Amino acid sequence: MKVLSKIYMALIFALLYAPIIVLVLFSFNRAGSFTNYSGFSFYWYRELFRDSTAIDALKNSLILAVSSAAAATLIGTLAAYGISRMKNKYVKAAVKSVTNIPMMNPDIVTGVSMMLLFAAASSIPFLVVEMGFWTMLIAHITFNLPYVILSVLPKFSQMDKHLTEAALDLGCTPSQTFLKVELPFIMPGVISGFMLGFTLSLDDFVISHFVSSSDFKTLPLYVYNQTAHEVKFSMYALCALMVFAILILMIVVNFVGGGKTDGKVKKKKKKTA
Amino acid sequence: MKKKSFLEKAAAVPHFVWMILFIVAPLLFVIYFAFTDSNGAFTFDNILNLSSYGDIFLMSVLFAFIATVVCLLIGYPLAFFMSRLKPSAQKVFVLLLMLPMWISLLIRTYSLLAMLDNGGLLNSLLNAIGLPTVKIVGTRGAVILGMVYDFLPYMVLPIYTTLSKLDVRYFEAAEDLGCSSVMTVFKVALPLSKSGIISGITMVFVPSISTFYISQKLGGGRFDLIGDTIERQFLMNNNKNVGAAISLVMMILILISVAVMNRFGDDDGGELIV
Repeated sequence: MKVLSKIYMALIFALLYAPIIVLVLFSFNRAGSFTNYSGFSFYWYRELFRDSTAIDALKNSLILAVSSAAAATLIGTLAAYGISRMKNKYVKAAVKSVTNIPMMNPDIVTGVSMMLLFAAASSIPFLVVEMGFWTMLIAHITFNLPYVILSVLPKFSQMDKHLTEAALDLGCTPSQTFLKVELPFIMPGVISGFMLGFTLSLDDFVISHFVSSSDFKTLPLYVYNQTAHEVKFSMYALCALMVFAILILMIVVNFVGGGKTDGKVKKKKKKTA
Repeated sequence: MKKKSFLEKAAAVPHFVWMILFIVAPLLFVIYFAFTDSNGAFTFDNILNLSSYGDIFLMSVLFAFIATVVCLLIGYPLAFFMSRLKPSAQKVFVLLLMLPMWISLLIRTYSLLAMLDNGGLLNSLLNAIGLPTVKIVGTRGAVILGMVYDFLPYMVLPIYTTLSKLDVRYFEAAEDLGCSSVMTVFKVALPLSKSGIISGITMVFVPSISTFYISQKLGGGRFDLIGDTIERQFLMNNNKNVGAAISLVMMILILISVAVMNRFGDDDGGELIV
């Protein structure tokens, strides 16, 4: 039984990882085929970076991920602070469930609903709405918010109330208390919220697909376009790079964010089509 | 009771505004577009005409259902075995399970395509040993396999979480009282991990039924699922009203099934307490 269970686990994990490992390994194959392996080479990576649209997509992805994660962290941390102070539990529950809608809804519905909003907004006179960076930024902030709040809110409830009371008694104003006492305490949650938002934004394809234009393409959108017809080994290189990036990010999140809140958020995850 | 300070009152306001503008309003627009025609006049036509998409709905439900069942059958034993490991080993396996969840589904689907495609690794190997090419991409099986491959971790993780919280003494007691190890699984582990199973099922079923690129990439464009249909209505046919109607119906179907699933979970929880 023991042995059988080990074999079973090994088998499933091998199957889960095989395609990704194959993709990464063959991205280093100069021959660009699965049948002959002509040795380790960065040829396809060089090929990839010769394509200026790929570089642009990388830049766009990073700009979007940083700005949407930063904005979502700011709005979300303040929101978590406000929610943690709410007395009326019905209002609290209502706010929480509306916040979680983008997490529960299929991504395609979130994407489509955003697209309709922007389409409707552009019919308002004098309001110019063009799909591009700003529409994507709004969409990414929206789907990042619940994850930020979910990682910050538990920190507020874990916090000892007496600490804030002591600060207030000793003469701090509420905003000073927030900055000097509460913010340092909730910081791990804030950081893991930011990292989560960054990762989700970097990863997102489905929602972006509906609110983007050809002027502003992120990496996943670029991959999607490039893989429409044929297998390209430079795309394997790009995918391999993205896998490495996620790997590094995940290590950072696990070491910096730490704690139980992380697990909770990751379980709720995510981001599907 | 002390009065709330300005900061405490105002902190959540930007989030409220954001929620109303970008979560609530977009969903209202889905409803609005679903019940209007291209000129903005009120109509039921979009909803009534959905019957012509009946086959697509049926096939999507069927594919998602099969994928969910397969995920449950493969995932439950995996979660169970993981929960029986030493704590340090459990941590490693949880990380191994989460890593694929963080890699974009687009990339994972694409990597599966690289394995199964006509010129992919599997067929290259088969050809190398003199066997004919097997056509996998473009079959129903490939689409379902893609769903299982992409969403299996979402099934395993919640089940593992509930199982790992169970008191080991339940299992010991069952075995002391004469249960075989297989019976222990069915009589003890399974009923006690119902909540994990339910969230696992939801987390596999919802993305499976709404996917569009798994069917595009692995189905070779031969199978239109609900997701494909929505995508096409919005981005190619430019018929937002029909697209909104399909989205609305799908969203309601999902909400109902999630509510039903949670109902099962609650009832069970109630029984446990009693």
